[in-house]
Amino acid sequence: MERGWGEVMERPLTQHIRKDGRPLTLKEYEAVGGYQALRKMLKLTPKEVQTLVKDSNLRGRGGAGFSTGLKWSFVPLDTPKPKYLITNADEMEPGTFKDRILLESTPHQLIEGMIIAAYAIQANISYVYLRWAYKTAAQAILSAIDEAMAKGYLGNNILGSGYDLEMHLHTGVGRYMCGEETALLNSLEGKRATPRAKPPFPQVSGLYGRPTIVNNVETLCCLPHIVNKGAEWFQKLSLTGDAGTKLYGVSGKVKKPGAWELPMGVTLRELIEEHAGGMQDGFKFRGALPGGASTDFLVEEHLDVKMDYTSVAAAGSRLGTGTVVILDDKTCPVGFVENLEHFFAQESCGFCTPCREGLPWVEKILSAIDSGEGKINDLKLLEHHTKFLGPGNTFCAFAPGAMEPLQSALKYFRADFEKHIHEHRCPY
Amino acid sequence: MVTIYIDHKPYTVNPGKNLLETCLTLGFDLPYFCWHPALGSVGACRQCAIKMFRDGDDKQGRLVMSCMEPVANNQRISIMDPMAVDFREGVIEWLMTNHPHDCAVCDEGGSCHLQDMTVMTGHAYRRFTFKKRTHVNQDLGPFINHEMNRCIQCYRCVRFYKDYAGGEDLDVFASKSNVYFGRSEPGILESEFSGNLSEVCPTGVFTDKTLKQHYTRKWDLTMAPTICQHCSLGCNIIAGERYGDLRMIANRYHGEINGYFICDRGRFGYEFVNSPNRILQPQHMGQPIDSDKAINEISELIKQSNVIGIGSPRASLESNYALKKLVGDSNFYKGVSKQEQALTELAVSILKEGTVRTPSMKETEKADAVFILGEDLTNTAPMLALAVRQSVKQQPMQEVNKLAVPEWNDAAAREIIQDKKGPLFVATVAETKLDTIASKTFRAAPQDIARLGFAVANLIDSSAPNLSNLSEEEKTLAELIAKSLLASERPVIISGTSCQSDSVLKAAANVASALQKRNKNTGIVLTLPECNSVGLSVMGGLALHDAFEKVKNSKADAVIILENDLYRHGSAKVVDAFLSKCKSVIVIDHSQHATTTKGQWLIPAGTFAEADGTLVNNEGRAQRFFQVYEKANVKESWRWLSSIGSAAGNAIMQPWKNFDSITAALSQEEKNFNGIEKVSLSADFRMHDGQRVPREPHRYSGRTSMLANVAVSEPKPPEDLDSGMSYTMEGTRALPPSSMIPFFWSPGWNSVQSVNKYQEEVGAALRGGDPGIRLFEASGKQSSYFTNVPEKFKPVENKLWGVPIHHIFGSEELSAKGAAVSNRVPLPYLLLSKEDAAKLKLTEGEAIEFEIDEQGFKLPVKLCATISTGVAGLPVGLPGLSFIELSSWGVIRSLK
Repeated sequence: MERGWGEVMERPLTQHIRKDGRPLTLKEYEAVGGYQALRKMLKLTPKEVQTLVKDSNLRGRGGAGFSTGLKWSFVPLDTPKPKYLITNADEMEPGTFKDRILLESTPHQLIEGMIIAAYAIQANISYVYLRWAYKTAAQAILSAIDEAMAKGYLGNNILGSGYDLEMHLHTGVGRYMCGEETALLNSLEGKRATPRAKPPFPQVSGLYGRPTIVNNVETLCCLPHIVNKGAEWFQKLSLTGDAGTKLYGVSGKVKKPGAWELPMGVTLRELIEEHAGGMQDGFKFRGALPGGASTDFLVEEHLDVKMDYTSVAAAGSRLGTGTVVILDDKTCPVGFVENLEHFFAQESCGFCTPCREGLPWVEKILSAIDSGEGKINDLKLLEHHTKFLGPGNTFCAFAPGAMEPLQSALKYFRADFEKHIHEHRCPY
Repeated sequence: MVTIYIDHKPYTVNPGKNLLETCLTLGFDLPYFCWHPALGSVGACRQCAIKMFRDGDDKQGRLVMSCMEPVANNQRISIMDPMAVDFREGVIEWLMTNHPHDCAVCDEGGSCHLQDMTVMTGHAYRRFTFKKRTHVNQDLGPFINHEMNRCIQCYRCVRFYKDYAGGEDLDVFASKSNVYFGRSEPGILESEFSGNLSEVCPTGVFTDKTLKQHYTRKWDLTMAPTICQHCSLGCNIIAGERYGDLRMIANRYHGEINGYFICDRGRFGYEFVNSPNRILQPQHMGQPIDSDKAINEISELIKQSNVIGIGSPRASLESNYALKKLVGDSNFYKGVSKQEQALTELAVSILKEGTVRTPSMKETEKADAVFILGEDLTNTAPMLALAVRQSVKQQPMQEVNKLAVPEWNDAAAREIIQDKKGPLFVATVAETKLDTIASKTFRAAPQDIARLGFAVANLIDSSAPNLSNLSEEEKTLAELIAKSLLASERPVIISGTSCQSDSVLKAAANVASALQKRNKNTGIVLTLPECNSVGLSVMGGLALHDAFEKVKNSKADAVIILENDLYRHGSAKVVDAFLSKCKSVIVIDHSQHATTTKGQWLIPAGTFAEADGTLVNNEGRAQRFFQVYEKANVKESWRWLSSIGSAAGNAIMQPWKNFDSITAALSQEEKNFNGIEKVSLSADFRMHDGQRVPREPHRYSGRTSMLANVAVSEPKPPEDLDSGMSYTMEGTRALPPSSMIPFFWSPGWNSVQSVNKYQEEVGAALRGGDPGIRLFEASGKQSSYFTNVPEKFKPVENKLWGVPIHHIFGSEELSAKGAAVSNRVPLPYLLLSKEDAAKLKLTEGEAIEFEIDEQGFKLPVKLCATISTGVAGLPVGLPGLSFIELSSWGVIRSLK
C-alpha cells in the first residue's frame, strides 16, 4: 500500500491500515475509534440513517455510481422479514484491486459499515459475497465476524438495541458475472450465475425473493465515517460535486503502480504523474481505461479530466471502479483489446444471444487482425458489434461494458487496426 | 382495452399482455425463440426486438424486447424500424455462427422454427468465417434424440422440462458460448412429458426418436385431427401417416384440455398401429377370408344364433352403439369387470348428478388448492398431473401480482415465487411423483384414504357424515386440508377409479359437495380407466358377468366381442370357460391379444388412425377423431357391424351409410346423446370455395411415384365418406374449422409455432372455439352426501390387502404393444412395506409366489418406504400379471 499523500489530506478509509498489511484486530480497530459509529447510529431511526447517507451524496463505488441512500430508500421498511444486506466483494474487474486492500486490512470497517447499512433497511441477515481467489481476505473476514459476534456487535440484540443481525461469508467460484448484483443473488442461492430480469429490482425482490440491498465494499466502508462525522464533512472531502474520498489505482507501465485513497475528483494526470510516479522510462502514455476493463479509453487530451462520476462521463467514459489501466506506446492496442475481449468472451454467462455469440466473434476477429489475418471489412463487423451489443440490446450490462474499450479503441487507435490489416502483421 | 400504435397505425388491444404476444395476436410476423405462450417470457434470445418511442415526438426511439414489455395505453412501437429489422437479422446471424448447416439431414428441417425465423429476418449471407463449436450428444432413451450442435440456447427445453413439468434430470451446464443442455450423464429422460421437448425445441436438438425410425418430412405426411386413446382425458393430437404406416403423433392445441403439451404415452404410444400383431384381414378359423363373404356368413350366423355383444370402453361411441343395435339392447354388455363397471357408473353419476362441476384441465391449472384422493395421476392421467403442477403456482403468484410484475414475466415471477407452493394434498396408496410439490402427503390403504376424505368433508360441513376413531395424525391432517380448501378461491378435488375403491370416490364427492356449499367455484375431477369409459357408461349396457352367466346357462351361444381383450376384465378361468362354452366367437379388433386367439372369426377393425369415431372424456366432453388414412381390408368396427346388420336385415342399421347417419341415429335414439352430431361438421361440409380440407400439406411429394413399383399410373385417391376432408393435398388452404385441423401451418410458419395463427388470441381458444361438446354438466340431482363411511383398514395376520399400482408405461393396453413404450415397461413385482418384508424375512428382489383372487403369481419383492403395512401393491397390466379383482386379500408363499 502506497501512501504518498500529504498528511493534510484526510484518508478515512485507509488511514489505519497497518504497514505490514495484517488486518486490524477488533481491539486495534476499537482503539482507533472503531464501532463508535455503530453506537451512535443505533440511537437513530433507520429512516434517519437513510437520510444521513442520502445527504452525504455517497455514490456506489462498485462502478455504477448510484446514490446509496436513494437505493436503500426503495426497500420497503414495513415489509415482513426476512430482508437481506449483501456486500459485493466479488472484485473481478480486470485491473481492479481496491476492495482487496480494504478487505484484507480493515475487515471490521466493512463489518461496521454493513451493520449500519443493514440497520438502515432493517435487514437481519447479511452476507459477504467474496471473490474465490481472495483467500487472505476470507480469513480476515471470518475472524472479524467471530470477534464481532463475541463482542455483541453482531447477533441478537446488538448492544442492547433490540436490533439483530447475523452475518455470513460466502465465497464464489470465480466468475466475473457474479459481480453483477442479480447474478450474484442467483449464485448465492446456489443457482446459475445468470442475471435476473429488472424490474423487480433486488430492493423489493432480491435474495430468495425478498427485499435485498447489494452494496460494494468501498461504499460500505464509507458509512462508519459518514455516521461519525456527518454528511457535510463527507461532501467536503471531495474536490468536486461527487462526495467523499475514492480509492484510485493505477496499473501498467508506470514507475509506481498502486492504489491510493484520494479526494474524489483528482485529475487523471495527477494520478499518473504524481501518485504513480509517471510513465516508466522509455514508455509513453497512449491511453487509459479509467475504471477497469469495461470502461472507454481516455487519451492524452483527457489527462486533465477530474476523476469523478460526472466528469469522466462527460469525457465519454465511466469512472467505473476508479482503477486506471494504462496503455503505453510499446503495447499493441489491438492485442490489448483482444486480451480484454478474450476475458469477456470467457466470462459471458451464456444467457442472452448477443453476448454469448457476439463476444467470441469479436475476440476471433481481433485475434485474426492481431495475427495479420484481418480484412478491412472486419472493422465494420467490430463496429456492428459495438452498436448491437449496446445497452438495452443485451439482457444485462456485461456486453455493453465489454464493448466500451473496443468502441473507444476503434475511435482512438483506428490507425493501428488498419496497419495490422494492411501489413498483415502486428507492427508491435 | 387500450390503444397502441404499431408503425403509426392504431390498434385496440388487451392490456396485461406483453407486446410480443399482442403483435402475434394482431397477425404480425415477429420472430422469437425463448418466449413460449405456456412458459412466458425471459428475454434471453433478444430475437423479438422492436423500437419503442417515448411519445409521438420521439423520432429516435430505443430497442426493446417485445416479450419483456407490457402493453400500455398510447404506446408507440415500430416493428419495421430499420434498426429493429437490422438487429433481428443480427440475432439470427449470431445464432448461425455455431448452428450447423445440416438442414438437409436434420429431422426438424421443413418444420423448423429456426428455419422460419431465419427466412423471416432475411439473414442470408454468412460473415462469420471461423470454426463452429461442437458438442457431444447423449443417448436419452427410446423417445428423444439429442443433437446438441444444433442448439441455439433459447433455454426453452429446461424451462419446460424443469420449471413447467417438474423434471429433475435435464439441465443446462457450462457457460459462455459452450452452454450445454442435456443430462449430467447419458440415460433415459425420466420425465413423463419428455416428448414435448421435440415441439418446445425451436430447432433439431430434441427430436422424436420414434419418428426417426421411419423418418418422413412433416410436409410428406398425411395427417388428421384425432384424439389420444391412452387414458380418459381425451387430449387432442395430430397423427401423420406415409406409406401405410403411422409415423408420428404431435400435439393438437386445445385451449381447454391439453393446451400445448401431451404426455409421452400419448405421443409415443402410437406404435401399436404399425405392429406386426395387427389383424389386417378377416379370418375364419385361422384362415383369411374375403370381406364380403365374412360379412355374409356372420350375418347368417347371427340370424341362426342367440347372439350377444360385448362392448368396449376403448371403442368409439359409434362402434359400441352399432354393436348394441346389432345384438339388441338386452343383449349388449359393457365388457368391463364388475368392479370397473360399478366404479365407472359411480364416477359418472357423481359427475352427472352431483352438485359440483367438473373443471377443464385449463381450469384445473388455475386451481389454487388441490386435494387428490387415491390417484397416482402421473401414471393414470399424466396430463392432469401436469395441470396440478401448474396449480401450485397459483397462490404464490399473488406475491407476483402484488409487486405489479405480470405473470407472463417468467424470469421475474420465478425469482419472486422461489420454492413457494400453493396447497396440494396427495392421499395415495404409495408415493407419487407429485409428492415433491405437495404440501402434505398421506399414505394409507384405500379405506383410510376414503376416511380422510370423509373427515375433511365433515370438517367443512358438519352435516356431512361424521366418523370416529381417526388417529391424531389423521385428524390434524384433515383439519389442515379443510382449512386450506376453505381458504382457497378455486379449490379442485381430484379422484378416480384407479385405486378400485368406491369409498374413495364417495369421499371425494363428499369433500367437493361440502365445499360447494361454501364456494361455488369448487371443482371435482375424476379420472376413469379408458378413453371412452364415460361414453360407454352413459350409453349403458349390462354387466360382463351377466354375459358369462347367460352363456353358462345356455341362453346365448354366439358372442361378438368389440375391441376388447376379455382377459383384462375377467380372470383366465372365467373367460376361458365363457369362450369355450360359446359356439361362435366373433372378435372385431385391430390387434391380437389373448381373446383374439380364441375367436373363430376375426374381423380387422381400424385403429384410431384408420377410423372415425367419437370418444367421451372424463369431463363428459364428446370429441370426434378423424381417420388419418385408409388401409385395405381394415374398417371401423361400426362399419363392419353396420354391414353385418344390413346383411342380416336389421332395419335400424340398413340406412347407415356413413358416420353422419350413424351419429344421427345415435342422437335420435339415445337421449343421453342428443345433439352428438354437432360434435363435428357433417361429411357435406366444404370450405368457402366448395372444396374439402386437405389432409396433406401442399408440399406433399412423391404422390405420383410412391406406388410406382406396384403400378405406374397413380391410383385414385380414397374418398372420404365420413368427413369434409380430402385424403390428398387437394382442397382449400385456409384456416379450417377448429374441429378439423389436420396440421398447423401458416405461410412463413412451417413449425408447430404456427398454432398462434389458429387462435383467437395467443394462448386462448382456437378460432371458432375449442372443439368438442360437453354432454352433461353436474345436474345437482343427487345433492345428499354419501353416508357409508368405511371401516378403518385393519391388517390381517399372514394376509396382504392387494391394491393396484399404475404405470404410465405398461398399465395401459395399447401403448404397451409398441416398441418404444414397451422399452419403458417395468418388470412386474409385488410392492411391500419394509415392515411387512422384515416380518416375512423378505429382501428386495426376492422371488415369492403371491396368491390372490384365486390366482398365483411368481413375482420379485419390491420394498416401499411409504406403503401401509398389511397392504401389497400389484402393478396393473404388466406382462404376466393378468386380470386380478382388487382389492382383496392375498397370501405370500415364499419360494425359498
